[in-house]
Order: sequence, then structure tokens, then C-alpha cells
Amino acid sequence: MAELTYRDAVARGIAQEMQRDPDVVFLGEDIAKAGGVFKTTVGLLEQFGPLRVRDTPISEQAIMGAAMGAAMTGLKPIAEIMFSDFFAVCFDYLANQFPKSRYMTAGQVKCPLVVRTANGASVRFGAQHSQSVENWVMMIPGLKVVAPSTPRDVVGLMAASVRDPDPVIFFEHKGLYASKGEVPEGEIVDTLGTARIVRPGKNATILALALMAPRALAAAEKLQAEHGIDCEVIDVRSLVPLDMQTILESVGRTSRVFTVEENPRLCGWGGEIVSLIVEEAFFKLDGPPVRITTPHIPLPAAEGLEDLALPSVNRIADTVRKALET
Amino acid sequence: MATQTQAGKIPARPNDDIGREVRLRMYRTQIEIREAEQRAYDLFLQNLVKGTSHLSLGQEAVAAGFAAAMQPGDLTFCTYRGHAHTLARGASVEKVLGELMGRDNGLLRGKGGSMHLTSVEHGVMGSYAIVGAHIPIACGAAWSAQYKGRKDVTVCFFGDGTTNIGAFHEGLNLAVIWNLPVIFVCENNLYMEYTPIGEVTAVSHPAAGRAGAYGLECPIVDGQDADAVYRAAQAAIEKARAGGGPSLIECETYRYSGHSRADPAKYRPDGELDRWKQRDPIKLYRSRLLELGIGEKALDNIDREARRFVDEATEKCKAAPPPPADILLTDVYADGGSSWRN
Repeated sequence: MAELTYRDAVARGIAQEMQRDPDVVFLGEDIAKAGGVFKTTVGLLEQFGPLRVRDTPISEQAIMGAAMGAAMTGLKPIAEIMFSDFFAVCFDYLANQFPKSRYMTAGQVKCPLVVRTANGASVRFGAQHSQSVENWVMMIPGLKVVAPSTPRDVVGLMAASVRDPDPVIFFEHKGLYASKGEVPEGEIVDTLGTARIVRPGKNATILALALMAPRALAAAEKLQAEHGIDCEVIDVRSLVPLDMQTILESVGRTSRVFTVEENPRLCGWGGEIVSLIVEEAFFKLDGPPVRITTPHIPLPAAEGLEDLALPSVNRIADTVRKALET
Repeated sequence: MATQTQAGKIPARPNDDIGREVRLRMYRTQIEIREAEQRAYDLFLQNLVKGTSHLSLGQEAVAAGFAAAMQPGDLTFCTYRGHAHTLARGASVEKVLGELMGRDNGLLRGKGGSMHLTSVEHGVMGSYAIVGAHIPIACGAAWSAQYKGRKDVTVCFFGDGTTNIGAFHEGLNLAVIWNLPVIFVCENNLYMEYTPIGEVTAVSHPAAGRAGAYGLECPIVDGQDADAVYRAAQAAIEKARAGGGPSLIECETYRYSGHSRADPAKYRPDGELDRWKQRDPIKLYRSRLLELGIGEKALDNIDREARRFVDEATEKCKAAPPPPADILLTDVYADGGSSWRN
């Protein structure tokens, strides 16, 4: 078992799938010769050549459209959109084209592709390069949405996404690229639509995604050490399909639930999950569900302000403790 | 660079580069489109076609000319004004009218409607209702053929209005830098929805005037003359198939009806429609075929047959059931359903 950074896990995950299937092709801005602006795709051009690993112009619509046309006609493209904020300039493909083609054509058109993108804050890039936009796509019927938090999950969920016959939006987190984790040798293939209990516990369930998963885990350790509160932490991992079974079973055991969301509060993924819990497990709850989110603001650039905006380990721990005490 | 072709002035001979068989096919295609589009309009007036529809009455020669030059396996991408192109590639009138009428026998079983006609088995990879979206998608299909070493070419039709949206420019640039086997065909019908294209475009030829920016030539073709369209299509398709890269073609044409069913087209200057009708593509083509010695009887037979096809299709569609309720939730995902959770 070797230790790998989240950043290097991206290239390993893509390479694993390109090695396996010659129909997997990869396109995006600065991904080939430059190895990606976050250095997530270093070595792929050298390994797979310029026909399979293609630099594109700064043309997000062309990237998305070309990926779709290739997917419809037999290839399995992986498209990179450098920052997830740029979804806004090619949203037609996410909202109108990829997800609707199969339904509108009564199953004639297929769209097996992956859009991978750098999402989230903690790198001080300001309001247009730091957003968490998984909720922009979660609401669209026809898309699948995943957001890994560990290097191992990056490789395994990348494989699952590339092999999936539907369009998958794959959110990498900028704040996790430098993080490290154990990744076993050999092929890793995970399953979409599966959450993971990363820390079992009995007093409350904390649901988190991507960068918020390690923060929620740290908050749970702190609550245990300082207050003897034993929290179960679930890394949601996949928003669509959504593993409600794992979540509902956990809430059944703990009777309390918290979500930790990097997105601004309105219409964040936690709102949907909480509404499902309330509809389906209301009488198992001992208290109201609580959402811990970024406020309803554009993200500021300055270090201190950005830190203040995102849910921190202390804010998560304090919110959970106060809620459980009342 | 824009180059004006004189295709219309090339003397037509019965056994020239086009030949009798292809000409009869193009004539038949135009007639079928005309009859089907006219029927779509009539059915709309009878409230049997709901929603919207964008007709190609007057623009039939572009669809017929290209379809005749394309081979099985070549791919068509078109816009919401796509009935003509879908029919021209061989989709049945019944399935097209059935879709417009929202019946279970429709091409898309009523799930797509007029603006999304698709028939993958005929190479019609979709009708796209967001202006410009399909230009990059067509690039992707051409990239796929290039990567896999397939010989199919992709033909992407769009209106003059599309030339002012970003995706058009992104797609053209990508097609050129990747040398993709794709042909972009602007059907310049003079109006961007309700507004004359000249009033909102920086150049007088919306496609040809932009071609130089991408290092492309762009013939301006008489879109009312199926022979001229066919010749331009042949040249571009051969070039793409031989690895010569993309082409851009501007076909000058005219739509007889408004932009969509909601548009009575009151904005057109008096006499404009009549002037264009004097150059009606079917009228022009019929007299050419007569000049070439193809008997009136043969043409009358084609006319009659097309009308009969459309009549029969209409009756079948009227008798066809609406789509069953259980398809509401199918084909959202590849597993056949719409489930998003466990």
C-alpha cells in the first residue's frame, strides 16, 4: 500500500481507465503538455499520446459539446473544466444537453462521459474561482454527481464514473489536492451511490462531503476528546445516486443529524437530505436537524474572511455540542 | 473568404455529374418534405399538433441536396427546424408526424416533440433547440470518427441566427485546429427569428463573412437549387472524408412561414415572399427535370405517391394511441429508469 496525494490520485485514476479502455479519451485546457494547472494530469500525454490526451482552447462550450458528440458516437470522454465556477459559461451542456438527450430521444442517444472539475474554497482565489457548485448540477434529472474526499476514493470513483453509462460530474476539491492517503496497488473500482461511515458513533450523525469530510471527522474527534460526545461521521461521496439507506440507518441509531456543507446555505445538498430524513424518519429524531453551511454570500478572497465563511472544525464542534445540550 | 459559386448556371445534362437517379431522388425528397410540412401546418390548425413547430417550407432544397450527397453512416445534426433534415435522411413521415402529434408511434414516443426529432438508425443524431449548442457536439461526433479511423462525416445544419452565438465560434475554431471531418451548413433564410439578420450582424453574409477568421473558404450557394446544394455538399463531404478537414457553406434560402407557429411573419416587406416563391425550389427543380427530358408523368407519379404517403401516415397517426403513462419515468438514466436514490 503506497501513500499518494489526492492530486496524483487523479492522474492515476484517469490512467487506470485509459489503460483499460482505448475508447477513453481526455480533453481540456492545459491538461496535456502542461499537466494541468493543478498538476493533476502530469504524465498522461506522455503515456497515452496526443490523440487521446488533447489540449483545447479556452472554449468551455467546445469542450463540453465535443465530449458529448464523442460520447454519443462510441467514445468515453473525460472532459476537464478547470474550475467548477466555469460551469456557468457552458451550463447549457450540463442543464439541457447531456442529461436530457437519452430521455428526449426515448433512449436512442447515449451520453457516457465524465466532467471532472476543481471545486471549492480554501485556496483564497475569491468569489469566481472558489465556489462549491455541486448543488448547481445535483438538481438536474439525468446527471450523476460525485465528490471524493480521499485519494483512494478519487481513483475508485473515477473508475466507477468512467465505466458508468450516464453523464457523471466529478468534483475534485482544490483544498484536498495536497492531502495524502493510502491507496492500494492494482486496479481500484468503487461504486457510485454509496456513502461511507468514516467514524461510527452513537450520539449524532454528521453528514459531510469533500473537504468538509475531514473537517467533520476532526470535529467528531474533538467532541469525543473534550466532551465525550460520540458522533457518527458519514462521507456522502455521491449526491446522485444518493445512498439514503446508509443515512437513514445511521439517523435511526443516533436520532440526531447534522449536515456540513461548503455551499452557501440556500438549496445546498443538505437541505434535500434533511427534507428526506424529516419525511421518512421524523419519529426517530430526538431534535431538529441542523445544517452547518457557508453563509449566503459570495466567497471573499482574504484568508481570514474565507476561513470565517467556511464551516471550520471549531464551528462544526460547537454547533453540534450546543444543539445536543439543548 | 467568401466565394460566390455559379452552380445554378452550370448547364444540366441528363447524364452529367449528378445524373437522373440522384435528381429523381432529390425531387422526391423535396416533394415529401413539402407535403409533410404542409400537413404539419394543417394538423396544427386542427389542433392535432400541439406545442410549437418550425417549418422548412421553402427550404427543402438544402435538406434534399445534402441528404443525396451523404452516405449511410454519415451523421446529421440539426436545429429545432429539423423536420426536413430528419425526413431527408430517411425517417418515416409517419414517425415524424406521430411525434409532432404526441403519439406513441412517434420517433421519440412523444417524449421529445417537434424540436428534438432524432433517428439514430438514419444517422440523425438529434435536433437541438438551444441555438448553437449542436455545433460543438457535431465536432465531437467528427472527432470520434477521426479517432476511430471511421470514414463517416458529420454534417451540421443551422440558421443564420446561430452565427451570432458563442458556441458557433468555439466550434468552428475547434473543428479547424483539430482538422475534423465536419461540414457546417448555414441555412441563411434572412431572418433571425423575427429580425432581419442584416440588422443584427456585423457582416453581410452571416457565415461566409466569418469564414476567413477561421481560415476557411465558404461558398455561398443558391439554396433554392438542389443541384447547386448537392454539388457543394459533394465537394465538402469528399474533402472531409479524405482527411481534408472541415468546411463551412452558406445556403441562401427563404422560409415561407413565420419563425414558428406563433409567428405570422408580418415583419416581412410586401412582395418579398412572392419574389421568393417565384424561385420556389420545387418549381425550379421540376422545370429543370422536364428540360432534362424526364417525363411529366414520372414527376406526377412522385407527387401523387408523396401525397398518398403523407395521407396514409396522417391517418395512422390519428389512429395511434397516445404514449402510455409508464414511459413518463423511463430512460432518464441508462438503467432505463429515473431512480436517483436507494
